[in-house]
Amino acid sequence: MRIQSALDPAGPQAAHIAHLFWTFTWICVGVYVVTLLFVLVATIKGRRNAEPDLTKEHTLGIGVSAAAGVTVVILFVLLVASVATGSAVGTFGESDPRQLEVAVTGHQWWWEVKYPDALNPSATVTDANEIHIPIHTKVLLRIQTADVIHSLWIPNLHGKRDLIPGRVNKIWVEADQPGVFRAQCAEFCGLQHAHMALVVFAHTAEDFAQWKASASQGAVTPTTPSALRGQQVFLGAPCAKCHNIVGVDAYGTIGPDLTHLASRKTLGAGTLINNRGNLGGWISNAPALKPGVLMPPNAMSASELQDLLAYLETLK
Amino acid sequence: MSELTIEQPDFARERAMLEKTWGKNRGLLGWLSETGHKPIGLRYIVTAFVFFGLGGLEAALMRLQLSRPDNHLLNPDLYNQIFTVHGTTMMFLFAVPMMLGMGIYFVPLMVGTRNVPFPKLNAYGYFVYVVGGIFLYVMLFLGAAPDAGWFSYVPLSGPTFDPGKRADTWAQMITFTEFSGLIVAVEIVVCVFKQRAPGMSLNRIPLFVWSMVMVSFMVIFAMPAVMLDSTYLIFDRTFSMHFYNRAEGGDPIFFQHIFWFFGHPEVYIIFIPGLGFMSSIITAFTQRKIFGYTAIVCTLVTTAFMGFSVWVHHMFATGIPQLGSSFFTAASLMITVPTGVQIFCWIATIWTGRLRIATPMLFAFGFFITFIIGGLTGVQLGSVPIDWQVHDTFFVVAHLHYVLIGGAVFPLFGAFHFWFPKWTGRMYSEALGKLSFWLLLIGFNVTFFPMHILGLHGMPRRIYTYGAETGWGPLNALASMGAVLITLSILTMLINFAAHRRRGALAGPNPWNADTLEWSVSSPPPAYNFLHLPTVAGPNAVWDAAPDQPYVTGMRFDKRELLVTKTLDAEPDHKHEIPGHSLAPFLLTLTSTLGLIGSIFYGWWFTVGMIISAVVLVYWFWPNREEVREHLARDRGIVVAEEAR
Amino acid sequence: MCKRVALLALVAFACHREIRSIQPSAQDAARALPIRVSGLQPGPTQLGSSTALNNPYEGNAYAISQGQQLFNKYNCSGCHFHGGGGIGPPLMDEEWIYGSSPAQIYISIAEGRPNGMPSWGGHIPDYQIWQLVTYVRSVGGFEGKVATASRSEGMQAKRAEEPK
Repeated sequence: MRIQSALDPAGPQAAHIAHLFWTFTWICVGVYVVTLLFVLVATIKGRRNAEPDLTKEHTLGIGVSAAAGVTVVILFVLLVASVATGSAVGTFGESDPRQLEVAVTGHQWWWEVKYPDALNPSATVTDANEIHIPIHTKVLLRIQTADVIHSLWIPNLHGKRDLIPGRVNKIWVEADQPGVFRAQCAEFCGLQHAHMALVVFAHTAEDFAQWKASASQGAVTPTTPSALRGQQVFLGAPCAKCHNIVGVDAYGTIGPDLTHLASRKTLGAGTLINNRGNLGGWISNAPALKPGVLMPPNAMSASELQDLLAYLETLK
Repeated sequence: MSELTIEQPDFARERAMLEKTWGKNRGLLGWLSETGHKPIGLRYIVTAFVFFGLGGLEAALMRLQLSRPDNHLLNPDLYNQIFTVHGTTMMFLFAVPMMLGMGIYFVPLMVGTRNVPFPKLNAYGYFVYVVGGIFLYVMLFLGAAPDAGWFSYVPLSGPTFDPGKRADTWAQMITFTEFSGLIVAVEIVVCVFKQRAPGMSLNRIPLFVWSMVMVSFMVIFAMPAVMLDSTYLIFDRTFSMHFYNRAEGGDPIFFQHIFWFFGHPEVYIIFIPGLGFMSSIITAFTQRKIFGYTAIVCTLVTTAFMGFSVWVHHMFATGIPQLGSSFFTAASLMITVPTGVQIFCWIATIWTGRLRIATPMLFAFGFFITFIIGGLTGVQLGSVPIDWQVHDTFFVVAHLHYVLIGGAVFPLFGAFHFWFPKWTGRMYSEALGKLSFWLLLIGFNVTFFPMHILGLHGMPRRIYTYGAETGWGPLNALASMGAVLITLSILTMLINFAAHRRRGALAGPNPWNADTLEWSVSSPPPAYNFLHLPTVAGPNAVWDAAPDQPYVTGMRFDKRELLVTKTLDAEPDHKHEIPGHSLAPFLLTLTSTLGLIGSIFYGWWFTVGMIISAVVLVYWFWPNREEVREHLARDRGIVVAEEAR
Repeated sequence: MCKRVALLALVAFACHREIRSIQPSAQDAARALPIRVSGLQPGPTQLGSSTALNNPYEGNAYAISQGQQLFNKYNCSGCHFHGGGGIGPPLMDEEWIYGSSPAQIYISIAEGRPNGMPSWGGHIPDYQIWQLVTYVRSVGGFEGKVATASRSEGMQAKRAEEPK
């Protein structure tokens, strides 16, 4: 199963659409083959005619009208199929009370993901570039943008929906099997449109509850001396100006929240796999890896960098 | 027929007089002051082809960049400029001017007249188009080309997120090319409705001319929309207006609606002339009148109308209410019916015609093979749920190239081969022609077919690179290889044309025994088109002409006179004198350029440019001495002798 | 010849305005440590060791727009508002307490000023300070209209009209 494909549905909506797509495709293939067969036969006949044959105009008229009639009928069938699927997918989840709400905000060029808690606002979980959802639950994504138009597209679960300035768009998704899916911004949004991906995790109910519990916790307090030194580097260096870590003196809101950085799969919204080497490179010179990004190059001594990495690796 | 031509006098004196009246002036100033429709049409065609080459180079760079994952050949800033300039070039500087240029060249010939109704305006249209194109490319070489896509959605192209003068360049280039498009459209509409040869009633107009008429109407209705859109953008960017600023009551979605109200008809503006080429080529190569002439005319009209009711299918992902989107789905599906009917009519024509296969006809088959795929994927894109998945992915890139290359470029290249003998008087090499066709057909499909699959497997458009883990590498590499074949095909065609332009076999007036009036005159046609304006006896003017088909007399040879006929039945109405060569269009281009380009840097330049332009316009309309004398004489009731009668 | 010179001038002029330095080098990103604690000096302001401070982004459109983003993100707008001033002095009037030259604004940002202006040197990279300098000067009208954005998205630079 491909992790970013409209043809490998992992949820009911994507399955509906894939089904509709194949219906359209096979009918279209049929139409194409039949039309080209007619072109072929016409070519053979036309090559054999010694003189243009103007005696069959009436028969041709009937033929062309019949073909036009068949076209209209086929299109009508396709229209009905399309509208039926459209309303099934479009109204999906609207009347279902068992909803999980996730607020997704697009930034140039990363995703801010919040799990609001209406009863206890302070328990709102803030994450970035990853969405966690339980399977067999209709999840309402409230999507908005902080700058230009983006588009959220999780092909394995659903089609795309634009994030438009000054509006909150809604889209429901549901996964029917656990899995990891890649999603990407689909509306051109500037220099790093190519590196604006996010990862969607579909968990079983238990796994989701477990993830939610751990995500609601503040950052782990470092224990090793290296990590402790790294925390001081983090707070002393410019990192804390832009990044938030729950539980320590780092309240920046410019960049992604780093409270659970080490549990993420990617860095820089899908630019790199999250491992120690890549993280070190990213911290040292992010613009070299993702030109145009706001995160500046950071010069620090090798030992400082190692300590910082040791600290960041504890942020599970 | 041939006996009769021998009996006719050779009219050497009249020919010389007409040549003197309509011919071109020498030197650079002569070139700049030219107003004949054929030189201007050819300039459009050649210039648009140069832009096609430049757009192709940009495409090659993009294919090179995307040929493997994590490629760092182009940085994102450059890549964004290149794909924007590619799209802008192909849409505004290649496709539309190319098609309109073909119209400017052939429509007056096909309807049997000597020039377009407003020759100076026509020359101006060409010059502003060239200046707009040069402006875009100068900015590209300065590293400041537009970089927000050929659609330039706000707010990405707005003042905050696109600093500098890049989006202004895009918006103002639109103004230039749309001026030119509107001018050509007006020329063609007036030419076709008022200047047809006597006897060419509405139901005898060649199908290519019909297609150009419909395109011209679409231009007149669609292009003002995009000019408005881009001008509002300039106002936002330059004069602190808030048309698209959400916080002040503007709306970025408003931009998209106006843009696609133009943008979708734009597709039809590009490929309806292709349908016209198809009808011309198929008629000539089957040697029979087209089957279903009336039906085809009706489908052209229907397509042109319906083209304005489908624009929202470009915006399904913005969150359009269910009922509204269903309407646009229905319209988007149904617009395939008229084009389908045309295809069926052509198949019927081929079926019963005496089919001869040469390069132009091969390209017509290329249209069937490729365009139908594009049309069918278009049906898929019209469906809201499918569109949600594939919108803004490489699936759409594949679709639009199948429609535009399949529907417009294949017929266009067919038309190049078809009319090459008319332009040059020489035949091209059939072998090279066929080679270039097969290279294009294979290269095109190798390049663009894999993109359907890439899109379905999640590859969004307009990304400058992608990671290896996505698995998009192999198909992209394949697509990039196909681009090499396309390049070879176009080079083969150019070599073919260059080699046979002067040295090919002599073609004679009508090598294909085709049916429209341009084939009744020598190749290349004389500056005055027709020694005597022809009359027309049927929808296939050349074939239906009687051996002693009458011609129009009484037109002066020493003045640039046009015969104005009535709209419906083309009965002669009156004579109309049009202006000759003039430097005014070129001068006006310089002054209006100063105003338009200057205004995006400093608003006051607009005022300065327009004041100087007003001065040039006084020169433009200044009557010559002879005109004044005749006018005064008429006022005094003196009948001016009409020597020529 | 004249044409060529004019063309070159055009190239130089347009290029600098349009360049987007999307990959700042590590050198640009160096963090200057503050030297002076206070910018207040007796007599005319002496820049001291900092006289050589040249704004690399003077007249550069991208730097202005990046500076604008940083101005909001680093919460400069918290005190200076959108240039009109409030807690901190306005940036769009004629009065510049500590000077309006790029070097002086750089020092104001890097070293801080008494009565509330924090010292940003060492916290943010040099090139971002210069982007802020360029933006601040554009708000003051020093950068020329050609490179400056006419308005910002979502917010007018001048006070909105009161409803009547």
